Amino acid sequence: MVSVLSIHPPAPKKPFSRPLFLSVVAAGFPSPADDHLERDLDLHELLIARPAATYYVRLSGDSMKDAGLYDGDILVVDRSIEPSHRDIVVAVLDGEFTVKRLCKRDGLVQLQPENSRYPSITIGQERDLVIWGVVTGSVRQFKK
Amino acid sequence: MQLFALVDCNNFYVSCERVFQPSMEGRPVVVLSNNDGCIIARSNEAKALGFKMGDPYHLNKEKIRKNKVVVFSSNYALYGDMSRRVMDTLEGYARDVEVYSIDEAFLNLQGFEHRGLTDYARRVRASVRQCTGIPVSVGIGPTKTLAKIANRLSKKMPDAGGVFNMLETDADRMLEQVEVGDVWGIGRQWAGWLTEQGIRTALDLKRADQKAIRSRMTVVGERIVSELNGISCLPLEMAAPPQKGITVSRSFGRHLSELPPIKEALLQFVSRAGEKLRRQNLMAQRLTVFLMTSPFAAGQPFYSRSMTCRLILPTDYTPDLIDSAVPLLEKMYRRGLSFQKCGVMLLDLVPAVRHPVDLFDGRDHGRQARLMKAVDAINAEHGARKIHFGDIGWNRPQWAMRASFRSPRYTTRWEELPVVN
Repeated sequence: MVSVLSIHPPAPKKPFSRPLFLSVVAAGFPSPADDHLERDLDLHELLIARPAATYYVRLSGDSMKDAGLYDGDILVVDRSIEPSHRDIVVAVLDGEFTVKRLCKRDGLVQLQPENSRYPSITIGQERDLVIWGVVTGSVRQFKK
Repeated sequence: MQLFALVDCNNFYVSCERVFQPSMEGRPVVVLSNNDGCIIARSNEAKALGFKMGDPYHLNKEKIRKNKVVVFSSNYALYGDMSRRVMDTLEGYARDVEVYSIDEAFLNLQGFEHRGLTDYARRVRASVRQCTGIPVSVGIGPTKTLAKIANRLSKKMPDAGGVFNMLETDADRMLEQVEVGDVWGIGRQWAGWLTEQGIRTALDLKRADQKAIRSRMTVVGERIVSELNGISCLPLEMAAPPQKGITVSRSFGRHLSELPPIKEALLQFVSRAGEKLRRQNLMAQRLTVFLMTSPFAAGQPFYSRSMTCRLILPTDYTPDLIDSAVPLLEKMYRRGLSFQKCGVMLLDLVPAVRHPVDLFDGRDHGRQARLMKAVDAINAEHGARKIHFGDIGWNRPQWAMRASFRSPRYTTRWEELPVVN
Protein backbone atom coordinates (compact mmCIF):
# COMPACT_ATOMS: atom_id res chain seq x y z
CA MET A 1 0.00 0.00 0.00
CA VAL A 2 1.52 3.30 -1.07
CA SER A 3 0.92 6.31 1.13
CA VAL A 4 1.45 9.91 0.16
CA LEU A 5 4.05 11.53 2.39
CA SER A 6 3.94 15.04 0.97
CA ILE A 7 3.04 16.95 -2.12
CA HIS A 8 5.26 19.60 -3.63
CA PRO A 9 4.34 21.94 -6.46
CA PRO A 10 6.95 21.99 -9.24
CA ALA A 11 9.43 24.82 -8.69
CA PRO A 12 8.87 27.40 -11.43
CA LYS A 13 11.99 27.56 -13.55
CA LYS A 14 12.91 29.14 -16.82
CA PRO A 15 12.42 26.74 -19.73
CA PHE A 16 15.57 24.81 -20.58
CA SER A 17 15.65 24.18 -24.28
CA ARG A 18 17.51 21.29 -25.81
CA PRO A 19 17.79 20.61 -29.48
CA LEU A 20 15.61 17.73 -30.52
CA PHE A 21 17.93 16.42 -33.16
CA LEU A 22 21.41 17.60 -33.95
CA SER A 23 21.35 16.13 -37.41
CA VAL A 24 18.58 15.17 -39.79
CA VAL A 25 18.48 11.41 -40.02
CA ALA A 26 19.10 10.75 -43.67
CA ALA A 27 19.25 7.37 -45.28
CA GLY A 28 19.71 5.61 -41.97
CA PHE A 29 22.93 7.30 -40.74
CA PRO A 30 22.55 8.89 -37.32
CA SER A 31 25.55 10.97 -36.30
CA PRO A 32 27.66 9.40 -33.56
CA ALA A 33 27.79 12.87 -31.99
CA ASP A 34 24.03 12.94 -31.36
CA ASP A 35 24.38 11.48 -27.91
CA HIS A 36 26.75 14.30 -26.91
CA LEU A 37 24.56 17.30 -27.58
CA GLU A 38 26.04 20.62 -26.48
CA ARG A 39 24.80 24.20 -26.53
CA ASP A 40 26.43 26.93 -28.59
CA LEU A 41 29.15 28.86 -26.80
CA ASP A 42 27.75 32.19 -25.75
CA LEU A 43 30.02 35.12 -24.85
CA HIS A 44 27.13 36.73 -23.01
CA GLU A 45 26.87 33.72 -20.72
CA LEU A 46 30.63 33.77 -20.15
CA LEU A 47 30.93 37.44 -19.28
CA ILE A 48 27.70 38.25 -17.50
CA ALA A 49 26.66 36.74 -14.18
CA ARG A 50 23.79 39.10 -13.30
CA PRO A 51 22.38 40.80 -16.41
CA ALA A 52 20.23 43.27 -14.46
CA ALA A 53 23.29 44.60 -12.62
CA THR A 54 25.82 44.45 -15.49
CA TYR A 55 26.75 47.43 -17.64
CA TYR A 56 29.28 48.13 -20.37
CA VAL A 57 31.49 51.21 -20.27
CA ARG A 58 34.18 52.32 -22.69
CA LEU A 59 37.67 52.99 -21.38
CA SER A 60 39.46 56.14 -22.39
CA GLY A 61 43.19 56.76 -21.86
CA ASP A 62 46.09 54.56 -20.77
CA SER A 63 46.04 54.80 -16.98
CA MET A 64 45.32 51.05 -16.69
CA LYS A 65 47.55 49.69 -19.46
CA ASP A 66 49.71 47.59 -17.16
CA ALA A 67 46.58 45.65 -16.21
CA GLY A 68 45.90 44.94 -19.87
CA LEU A 69 43.14 47.51 -20.22
CA TYR A 70 43.64 49.86 -23.16
CA ASP A 71 42.05 52.93 -24.65
CA GLY A 72 38.85 51.96 -26.47
CA ASP A 73 38.29 48.68 -24.59
CA ILE A 74 34.78 47.82 -23.44
CA LEU A 75 34.72 47.02 -19.73
CA VAL A 76 32.13 44.69 -18.24
CA VAL A 77 31.02 46.20 -14.93
CA ASP A 78 28.98 44.38 -12.29
CA ARG A 79 27.30 46.56 -9.69
CA SER A 80 26.06 43.69 -7.56
CA ILE A 81 29.51 42.53 -6.38
CA GLU A 82 30.94 43.82 -3.09
CA PRO A 83 34.25 45.41 -4.03
CA SER A 84 37.30 43.74 -2.51
CA HIS A 85 40.92 44.68 -2.10
CA ARG A 86 42.75 44.52 -5.49
CA ASP A 87 39.54 44.57 -7.56
CA ILE A 88 39.52 46.84 -10.60
CA VAL A 89 36.59 49.17 -10.07
CA VAL A 90 34.68 51.98 -11.72
CA ALA A 91 34.54 54.67 -9.07
CA VAL A 92 32.90 58.07 -8.82
CA LEU A 93 35.33 60.59 -7.40
CA ASP A 94 34.07 64.13 -6.85
CA GLY A 95 31.26 63.45 -9.32
CA GLU A 96 33.48 62.04 -12.09
CA PHE A 97 33.93 58.44 -13.28
CA THR A 98 37.32 56.78 -13.09
CA VAL A 99 38.67 53.22 -13.48
CA LYS A 100 41.38 52.16 -11.04
CA ARG A 101 42.53 49.27 -8.89
CA LEU A 102 41.03 49.45 -5.41
CA CYS A 103 43.36 49.02 -2.46
CA LYS A 104 41.77 48.66 0.97
CA ARG A 105 44.21 47.87 3.75
CA ASP A 106 44.44 48.79 7.42
CA GLY A 107 41.67 51.33 7.12
CA LEU A 108 43.39 53.08 4.20
CA VAL A 109 41.60 53.34 0.85
CA GLN A 110 43.57 54.02 -2.31
CA LEU A 111 42.76 54.10 -6.01
CA GLN A 112 45.77 52.93 -7.95
CA PRO A 113 46.44 53.36 -11.65
CA GLU A 114 48.26 50.65 -13.60
CA ASN A 115 50.69 52.98 -15.33
CA SER A 116 53.74 54.52 -13.68
CA ARG A 117 52.99 57.89 -15.30
CA TYR A 118 49.87 58.33 -13.18
CA PRO A 119 49.68 59.09 -9.43
CA SER A 120 47.98 56.96 -6.85
CA ILE A 121 44.94 58.56 -5.18
CA THR A 122 44.49 58.28 -1.42
CA ILE A 123 40.92 58.70 -0.26
CA GLY A 124 40.76 60.82 2.86
CA GLN A 125 37.75 61.62 5.00
CA GLU A 126 36.95 64.75 3.09
CA ARG A 127 36.77 63.13 -0.34
CA ASP A 128 33.58 61.86 -1.80
CA LEU A 129 34.13 58.32 -3.15
CA VAL A 130 31.48 55.92 -4.37
CA ILE A 131 32.26 52.56 -5.98
CA TRP A 132 29.99 52.38 -9.03
CA GLY A 133 30.79 48.76 -9.90
CA VAL A 134 33.48 46.08 -10.19
CA VAL A 135 35.15 45.41 -13.55
CA THR A 136 34.80 41.67 -14.13
CA GLY A 137 36.03 41.48 -17.71
CA SER A 138 36.91 43.40 -20.83
CA VAL A 139 36.31 43.12 -24.54
CA ARG A 140 38.71 44.22 -27.21
CA GLN A 141 38.13 44.00 -30.96
CA PHE A 142 40.97 44.01 -33.47
CA LYS A 143 38.89 43.85 -36.57
CA LYS A 144 35.25 44.81 -37.13
CA MET B 1 -3.61 36.68 4.84
CA GLN B 2 -2.48 38.52 1.74
CA LEU B 3 0.60 40.69 1.83
CA PHE B 4 1.63 43.23 -0.77
CA ALA B 5 4.53 45.59 -1.20
CA LEU B 6 4.37 48.53 -3.58
CA VAL B 7 7.88 49.43 -4.73
CA ASP B 8 8.27 52.62 -6.68
CA CYS B 9 11.33 54.50 -7.92
CA ASN B 10 11.95 57.98 -6.58
CA ASN B 11 11.89 60.63 -9.31
CA PHE B 12 12.57 57.83 -11.79
CA TYR B 13 13.63 59.68 -14.94
CA VAL B 14 15.90 62.01 -12.99
CA SER B 15 17.35 59.06 -11.07
CA CYS B 16 18.17 57.27 -14.34
CA GLU B 17 20.10 60.29 -15.57
CA ARG B 18 21.97 60.55 -12.25
CA VAL B 19 23.22 56.95 -12.43
CA PHE B 20 25.34 57.90 -15.45
CA GLN B 21 26.00 61.51 -14.51
CA PRO B 22 26.72 61.36 -10.77
CA SER B 23 27.60 65.05 -10.64
CA MET B 24 23.84 65.67 -10.97
CA GLU B 25 23.30 64.42 -7.40
CA GLY B 26 22.09 67.17 -5.11
CA ARG B 27 21.34 69.54 -7.99
CA PRO B 28 17.98 70.75 -9.31
CA VAL B 29 17.22 68.62 -12.40
CA VAL B 30 14.17 68.43 -14.66
CA VAL B 31 13.26 66.10 -17.53
CA LEU B 32 11.09 67.32 -20.42
CA SER B 33 8.32 65.54 -22.30
CA ASN B 34 8.37 64.62 -26.00
CA ASN B 35 9.30 67.64 -28.09
CA ASP B 36 10.74 69.33 -25.01
CA GLY B 37 7.23 70.51 -24.24
CA CYS B 38 6.77 70.38 -20.50
CA ILE B 39 8.34 69.13 -17.30
CA ILE B 40 7.55 65.48 -16.58
CA ALA B 41 10.10 64.75 -13.87
CA ARG B 42 11.82 66.83 -11.18
CA SER B 43 14.52 66.12 -8.64
CA ASN B 44 13.67 67.00 -5.02
CA GLU B 45 15.82 70.13 -5.38
CA ALA B 46 13.80 71.22 -8.41
CA LYS B 47 10.56 70.52 -6.53
CA ALA B 48 11.80 72.74 -3.72
CA LEU B 49 12.30 75.56 -6.22
CA GLY B 50 8.62 75.38 -7.05
CA PHE B 51 8.65 73.63 -10.43
CA LYS B 52 5.45 71.63 -10.90
CA MET B 53 4.62 68.57 -12.98
CA GLY B 54 3.48 69.72 -16.42
CA ASP B 55 5.03 73.21 -16.28
CA PRO B 56 5.71 74.24 -19.91
CA TYR B 57 9.42 74.50 -20.66
CA HIS B 58 9.29 77.66 -22.76
CA LEU B 59 7.44 79.54 -20.02
CA ASN B 60 10.08 78.62 -17.43
CA LYS B 61 13.35 79.15 -19.30
CA GLU B 62 14.30 82.23 -17.30
CA LYS B 63 13.61 80.61 -13.93
CA ILE B 64 15.58 77.54 -15.03
CA ARG B 65 18.55 79.65 -16.09
CA LYS B 66 18.55 81.77 -12.93
CA ASN B 67 18.50 78.72 -10.65
CA LYS B 68 21.03 76.77 -12.73
CA VAL B 69 18.56 73.92 -13.17
CA VAL B 70 19.87 71.08 -15.34
CA VAL B 71 17.50 70.16 -18.20
CA PHE B 72 17.24 66.78 -19.92
CA SER B 73 15.04 65.72 -22.84
CA SER B 74 13.29 62.43 -22.17
CA ASN B 75 15.47 59.44 -22.99
CA TYR B 76 12.97 56.60 -23.10
CA ALA B 77 15.49 54.12 -24.48
CA LEU B 78 17.43 54.56 -21.24
CA TYR B 79 14.42 54.69 -18.92
CA GLY B 80 12.88 51.57 -20.45
CA ASP B 81 16.10 49.61 -20.01
CA MET B 82 16.66 50.81 -16.43
CA SER B 83 13.05 49.92 -15.62
CA ARG B 84 13.67 46.40 -16.88
CA ARG B 85 16.71 46.13 -14.64
CA VAL B 86 14.78 47.31 -11.59
CA MET B 87 11.95 44.83 -12.24
CA ASP B 88 14.41 41.98 -12.87
CA THR B 89 16.07 42.72 -9.52
CA LEU B 90 12.69 42.69 -7.75
CA GLU B 91 11.83 39.28 -9.22
CA GLY B 92 14.32 37.70 -6.87
CA TYR B 93 12.49 39.01 -3.83
CA ALA B 94 8.89 37.89 -4.20
CA ARG B 95 6.69 35.07 -5.44
CA ASP B 96 5.13 37.30 -8.08
CA VAL B 97 5.85 40.77 -9.36
CA GLU B 98 3.22 42.84 -11.14
CA VAL B 99 4.84 45.58 -13.19
CA TYR B 100 2.29 48.35 -12.73
CA SER B 101 4.05 51.15 -14.62
CA ILE B 102 7.51 52.06 -15.83
CA ASP B 103 8.64 52.76 -12.28
CA GLU B 104 6.22 50.89 -9.98
CA ALA B 105 5.65 47.27 -9.13
CA PHE B 106 3.50 45.30 -6.70
CA LEU B 107 5.18 42.38 -4.96
CA ASN B 108 3.22 39.41 -3.65
CA LEU B 109 4.69 38.67 -0.24
CA GLN B 110 2.10 36.14 0.86
CA GLY B 111 3.64 33.47 3.03
CA PHE B 112 6.45 35.67 4.27
CA GLU B 113 6.95 35.97 8.01
CA HIS B 114 5.28 39.08 9.39
CA ARG B 115 8.17 39.67 11.73
CA GLY B 116 11.13 40.97 9.80
CA LEU B 117 9.08 42.24 6.85
CA THR B 118 10.35 45.77 7.32
CA ASP B 119 13.95 44.56 7.38
CA TYR B 120 13.24 42.52 4.27
CA ALA B 121 11.90 45.62 2.57
CA ARG B 122 15.09 47.48 3.51
CA ARG B 123 17.13 44.69 1.89
CA VAL B 124 15.03 44.97 -1.29
CA ARG B 125 15.61 48.71 -1.33
CA ALA B 126 19.36 48.32 -0.81
CA SER B 127 19.59 45.65 -3.48
CA VAL B 128 17.86 47.75 -6.14
CA ARG B 129 20.06 50.69 -5.23
CA GLN B 130 23.20 48.62 -5.50
CA CYS B 131 22.36 46.78 -8.73
CA THR B 132 20.83 49.67 -10.65
CA GLY B 133 21.68 52.86 -8.77
CA ILE B 134 17.97 53.74 -8.57
CA PRO B 135 16.57 54.78 -5.15
CA VAL B 136 13.15 53.28 -4.39
CA SER B 137 10.49 53.52 -1.70
CA VAL B 138 8.63 50.51 -0.34
CA GLY B 139 5.17 50.40 1.21
CA ILE B 140 3.78 47.22 2.79
CA GLY B 141 0.17 46.35 3.53
CA PRO B 142 -2.41 43.56 3.55
CA THR B 143 -4.03 44.99 0.40
CA LYS B 144 -2.77 46.79 -2.70
CA THR B 145 -4.58 49.99 -1.72
CA LEU B 146 -3.00 50.01 1.74
CA ALA B 147 0.42 49.19 0.26
CA LYS B 148 0.04 52.24 -2.01
CA ILE B 149 -0.81 54.43 0.96
CA ALA B 150 2.12 52.97 2.92
CA ASN B 151 4.41 53.82 0.00
CA ARG B 152 3.18 57.41 0.05
CA LEU B 153 3.81 57.60 3.77
CA SER B 154 7.33 56.18 3.38
CA LYS B 155 8.15 59.26 1.30
CA LYS B 156 6.46 61.73 3.62
CA MET B 157 8.10 60.54 6.83
CA PRO B 158 11.80 61.42 6.85
CA ASP B 159 12.58 58.89 9.59
CA ALA B 160 11.06 56.02 7.65
CA GLY B 161 14.25 55.44 5.64
CA GLY B 162 12.25 54.78 2.48
CA VAL B 163 10.20 51.92 3.93
CA PHE B 164 6.80 51.91 5.62
CA ASN B 165 4.93 48.88 6.91
CA MET B 166 1.20 49.37 7.61
CA LEU B 167 1.16 46.26 9.77
CA GLU B 168 3.60 47.73 12.25
CA THR B 169 1.78 50.95 12.94
CA ASP B 170 -1.54 52.17 14.20
CA ALA B 171 -3.14 52.02 10.72
CA ASP B 172 -6.10 54.21 11.61
CA ARG B 173 -3.90 57.02 12.88
CA MET B 174 -2.01 56.91 9.58
CA LEU B 175 -5.17 56.80 7.44
CA GLU B 176 -6.40 59.88 9.25
CA GLN B 177 -3.50 61.84 7.75
CA VAL B 178 -4.29 60.86 4.18
CA GLU B 179 -6.78 62.96 2.21
CA VAL B 180 -9.53 60.92 0.58
CA GLY B 181 -8.52 62.24 -2.87
CA ASP B 182 -5.08 60.69 -2.42
CA VAL B 183 -6.45 57.17 -2.03
CA TRP B 184 -5.66 54.98 -5.05
CA GLY B 185 -8.66 54.92 -7.36
CA ILE B 186 -10.40 58.01 -5.97
CA GLY B 187 -10.41 60.59 -8.75
CA ARG B 188 -11.31 64.25 -8.53
CA GLN B 189 -15.02 63.77 -9.10
CA TRP B 190 -15.50 61.13 -6.46
CA ALA B 191 -13.26 63.04 -4.06
CA GLY B 192 -15.55 66.04 -4.49
CA TRP B 193 -18.71 64.06 -3.74
CA LEU B 194 -17.13 62.24 -0.79
CA THR B 195 -15.95 65.48 0.79
CA GLU B 196 -19.47 66.84 0.47
CA GLN B 197 -20.69 63.80 2.38
CA GLY B 198 -18.22 64.57 5.16
CA ILE B 199 -15.77 61.85 4.09
CA ARG B 200 -12.51 63.80 4.03
CA THR B 201 -9.81 61.31 4.97
CA ALA B 202 -8.90 57.73 4.12
CA LEU B 203 -10.01 56.81 7.64
CA ASP B 204 -13.45 58.32 7.01
CA LEU B 205 -13.70 56.29 3.82
CA LYS B 206 -12.63 53.12 5.61
CA ARG B 207 -15.48 53.61 8.09
CA ALA B 208 -18.06 54.65 5.49
CA ASP B 209 -21.24 52.70 4.92
CA GLN B 210 -20.43 50.27 2.10
CA LYS B 211 -23.97 50.22 0.71
CA ALA B 212 -24.05 53.98 0.35
CA ILE B 213 -20.65 53.94 -1.32
CA ARG B 214 -21.73 51.18 -3.69
CA SER B 215 -24.84 53.01 -4.83
CA ARG B 216 -22.87 56.10 -5.88
CA MET B 217 -19.43 54.72 -6.73
CA THR B 218 -20.37 51.23 -8.02
CA VAL B 219 -18.59 48.06 -7.05
CA VAL B 220 -15.26 49.77 -7.80
CA GLY B 221 -15.79 52.18 -4.93
CA GLU B 222 -16.97 49.38 -2.67
CA ARG B 223 -13.76 47.45 -3.38
CA ILE B 224 -11.68 50.44 -2.36
CA VAL B 225 -13.50 50.57 0.99
CA SER B 226 -12.96 46.83 1.52
CA GLU B 227 -9.29 47.20 0.67
CA LEU B 228 -8.93 50.03 3.18
CA ASN B 229 -10.40 47.62 5.73
CA GLY B 230 -7.71 45.08 5.01
CA ILE B 231 -9.79 42.80 2.78
CA SER B 232 -7.90 42.17 -0.42
CA CYS B 233 -10.13 42.42 -3.52
CA LEU B 234 -7.54 43.24 -6.16
CA PRO B 235 -5.27 40.33 -6.97
CA LEU B 236 -1.93 40.77 -8.68
CA GLU B 237 -2.48 41.12 -12.42
CA MET B 238 0.11 39.02 -14.12
CA ALA B 239 -1.15 39.51 -17.68
CA ALA B 240 -1.93 42.85 -19.28
CA PRO B 241 -5.59 43.20 -20.29
CA PRO B 242 -6.10 42.99 -24.08
CA GLN B 243 -5.81 46.35 -25.76
CA LYS B 244 -8.90 48.01 -27.17
CA GLY B 245 -7.07 50.28 -29.60
CA ILE B 246 -3.60 51.31 -30.65
CA THR B 247 -2.82 54.97 -31.23
CA VAL B 248 0.44 56.40 -32.51
CA SER B 249 0.81 60.11 -32.96
CA ARG B 250 3.28 62.90 -32.24
CA SER B 251 3.39 66.64 -32.56
CA PHE B 252 5.79 67.66 -35.32
CA GLY B 253 9.09 69.22 -34.27
CA ARG B 254 8.05 72.28 -36.23
CA HIS B 255 4.78 73.12 -37.99
CA LEU B 256 4.46 71.65 -41.50
CA SER B 257 2.54 73.09 -44.45
CA GLU B 258 3.59 70.73 -47.25
CA LEU B 259 1.97 67.33 -47.68
CA PRO B 260 5.07 65.13 -48.34
CA PRO B 261 6.69 65.54 -44.90
CA ILE B 262 3.33 65.02 -43.18
CA LYS B 263 2.89 61.83 -45.20
CA GLU B 264 6.36 60.72 -44.10
CA ALA B 265 5.40 61.21 -40.49
CA LEU B 266 2.15 59.29 -40.94
CA LEU B 267 3.98 56.36 -42.56
CA GLN B 268 6.27 56.20 -39.52
CA PHE B 269 3.31 56.21 -37.16
CA VAL B 270 1.45 53.55 -39.16
CA SER B 271 4.56 51.34 -39.18
CA ARG B 272 4.95 51.70 -35.44
CA ALA B 273 1.27 50.95 -34.89
CA GLY B 274 1.61 47.87 -37.09
CA GLU B 275 4.55 46.67 -34.98
CA LYS B 276 2.53 47.04 -31.78
CA LEU B 277 -0.36 45.18 -33.39
CA ARG B 278 1.78 42.22 -34.42
CA ARG B 279 3.56 42.12 -31.07
CA GLN B 280 0.21 41.41 -29.44
CA ASN B 281 -0.95 39.02 -32.13
CA LEU B 282 -3.91 41.21 -33.07
CA MET B 283 -5.49 42.52 -36.27
CA ALA B 284 -7.41 45.72 -36.83
CA GLN B 285 -10.80 46.12 -38.47
CA ARG B 286 -11.03 49.88 -38.39
CA LEU B 287 -8.48 52.64 -38.96
CA THR B 288 -8.71 56.35 -38.13
CA VAL B 289 -6.35 59.11 -39.22
CA PHE B 290 -6.43 62.57 -37.68
CA LEU B 291 -4.73 65.82 -38.60
CA MET B 292 -4.72 69.18 -36.86
CA THR B 293 -3.23 72.63 -36.71
CA SER B 294 -2.18 74.22 -33.44
CA PRO B 295 -5.09 75.60 -31.40
CA PHE B 296 -2.80 78.49 -30.35
CA ALA B 297 -1.46 79.52 -33.76
CA ALA B 298 -2.14 83.17 -34.52
CA GLY B 299 -3.32 84.11 -37.99
CA GLN B 300 -5.13 80.91 -38.90
CA PRO B 301 -8.30 79.22 -37.72
CA PHE B 302 -7.99 76.01 -35.72
CA TYR B 303 -8.40 73.05 -38.08
CA SER B 304 -8.87 69.55 -36.76
CA ARG B 305 -10.22 66.61 -38.74
CA SER B 306 -10.36 62.89 -38.45
CA MET B 307 -11.56 60.24 -40.89
CA THR B 308 -12.21 56.57 -40.35
CA CYS B 309 -12.38 53.63 -42.69
CA ARG B 310 -13.38 50.05 -42.15
CA LEU B 311 -10.82 47.38 -42.90
CA ILE B 312 -13.20 44.79 -44.29
CA LEU B 313 -10.54 42.13 -44.09
CA PRO B 314 -8.95 42.32 -40.60
CA THR B 315 -5.24 42.93 -41.05
CA ASP B 316 -1.88 43.47 -39.39
CA TYR B 317 -0.05 43.88 -42.69
CA THR B 318 1.63 47.29 -42.75
CA PRO B 319 1.31 47.86 -46.51
CA ASP B 320 -2.47 47.39 -46.20
CA LEU B 321 -2.61 49.79 -43.25
CA ILE B 322 -0.62 52.34 -45.25
CA ASP B 323 -2.87 51.92 -48.29
CA SER B 324 -5.89 52.72 -46.10
CA ALA B 325 -4.32 55.54 -44.11
CA VAL B 326 -2.70 57.68 -46.82
CA PRO B 327 -5.88 58.43 -48.86
CA LEU B 328 -7.59 59.59 -45.64
CA LEU B 329 -4.73 61.99 -44.97
CA GLU B 330 -4.84 63.33 -48.52
CA LYS B 331 -8.55 64.02 -48.17
CA MET B 332 -8.04 65.99 -44.96
CA TYR B 333 -4.98 68.00 -46.03
CA ARG B 334 -5.53 71.66 -46.95
CA ARG B 335 -3.12 74.02 -48.72
CA GLY B 336 -2.17 77.17 -46.88
CA LEU B 337 -2.48 75.76 -43.38
CA SER B 338 0.35 75.04 -40.98
CA PHE B 339 -0.13 71.69 -39.26
CA GLN B 340 1.05 70.70 -35.80
CA LYS B 341 0.18 67.05 -35.44
CA CYS B 342 -1.17 63.93 -37.09
CA GLY B 343 -1.78 60.38 -35.97
CA VAL B 344 -3.31 57.00 -36.61
CA MET B 345 -5.62 54.85 -34.48
CA LEU B 346 -6.16 51.14 -35.06
CA LEU B 347 -9.51 50.00 -33.66
CA ASP B 348 -11.84 47.03 -33.37
CA LEU B 349 -8.92 44.79 -32.59
CA VAL B 350 -9.36 41.03 -32.89
CA PRO B 351 -7.02 38.07 -32.45
CA ALA B 352 -4.92 37.52 -35.59
CA VAL B 353 -6.26 35.09 -38.17
CA ARG B 354 -3.92 33.61 -40.72
CA HIS B 355 -6.47 31.99 -43.02
CA PRO B 356 -8.99 33.50 -45.46
CA VAL B 357 -11.88 35.01 -43.54
CA ASP B 358 -14.38 34.71 -46.35
CA LEU B 359 -14.80 33.69 -50.00
CA PHE B 360 -13.43 37.02 -51.22
CA ASP B 361 -10.28 37.02 -49.13
CA GLY B 362 -7.63 36.33 -51.77
CA ARG B 363 -4.66 37.41 -49.69
CA ASP B 364 -1.56 35.26 -49.40
CA HIS B 365 -1.60 35.14 -45.60
CA GLY B 366 1.49 32.98 -45.32
CA ARG B 367 3.62 35.34 -47.41
CA GLN B 368 2.35 38.46 -45.67
CA ALA B 369 3.08 36.98 -42.27
CA ARG B 370 6.59 35.90 -43.30
CA LEU B 371 7.36 39.30 -44.79
CA MET B 372 6.30 41.22 -41.68
CA LYS B 373 8.13 38.75 -39.44
CA ALA B 374 11.34 39.36 -41.42
CA VAL B 375 10.91 43.14 -41.37
CA ASP B 376 10.19 43.17 -37.63
CA ALA B 377 13.21 40.95 -36.95
CA ILE B 378 15.58 43.16 -38.95
CA ASN B 379 14.29 46.34 -37.32
CA ALA B 380 14.56 44.76 -33.88
CA GLU B 381 18.15 43.66 -34.43
CA HIS B 382 19.60 46.62 -36.28
CA GLY B 383 17.62 49.46 -34.78
CA ALA B 384 14.25 50.84 -35.67
CA ARG B 385 13.51 51.92 -39.22
CA LYS B 386 16.39 49.96 -40.79
CA ILE B 387 13.82 48.68 -43.27
CA HIS B 388 10.74 50.74 -43.89
CA PHE B 389 7.85 51.02 -46.28
CA GLY B 390 7.50 53.79 -48.78
CA ASP B 391 8.98 57.20 -48.58
CA ILE B 392 10.10 57.70 -45.01
CA GLY B 393 12.71 60.45 -44.73
CA TRP B 394 16.31 59.61 -43.85
CA ASN B 395 18.32 61.18 -41.06
CA ARG B 396 16.72 64.38 -39.89
CA PRO B 397 13.21 64.41 -41.34
CA GLN B 398 11.47 67.75 -41.09
CA TRP B 399 8.89 66.48 -38.67
CA ALA B 400 11.35 64.79 -36.28
CA MET B 401 10.84 65.41 -32.60
CA ARG B 402 12.86 68.06 -30.82
CA ALA B 403 15.03 66.56 -28.13
CA SER B 404 17.72 69.15 -27.65
CA PHE B 405 18.91 67.93 -24.27
CA ARG B 406 18.76 64.15 -24.60
CA SER B 407 21.53 62.24 -22.85
CA PRO B 408 23.24 59.28 -24.56
CA ARG B 409 21.47 55.90 -24.65
CA TYR B 410 24.06 54.52 -22.27
CA THR B 411 22.73 50.97 -22.03
CA THR B 412 21.26 50.29 -25.47
CA ARG B 413 23.70 51.69 -28.03
CA TRP B 414 27.32 50.59 -28.42
CA GLU B 415 28.23 54.03 -29.79
CA GLU B 416 26.76 55.74 -26.74
CA LEU B 417 28.34 53.83 -23.84
CA PRO B 418 29.48 55.87 -20.86
CA VAL B 419 33.18 56.75 -21.17
CA VAL B 420 35.49 56.48 -18.16
CA ASN B 421 39.13 57.49 -17.78
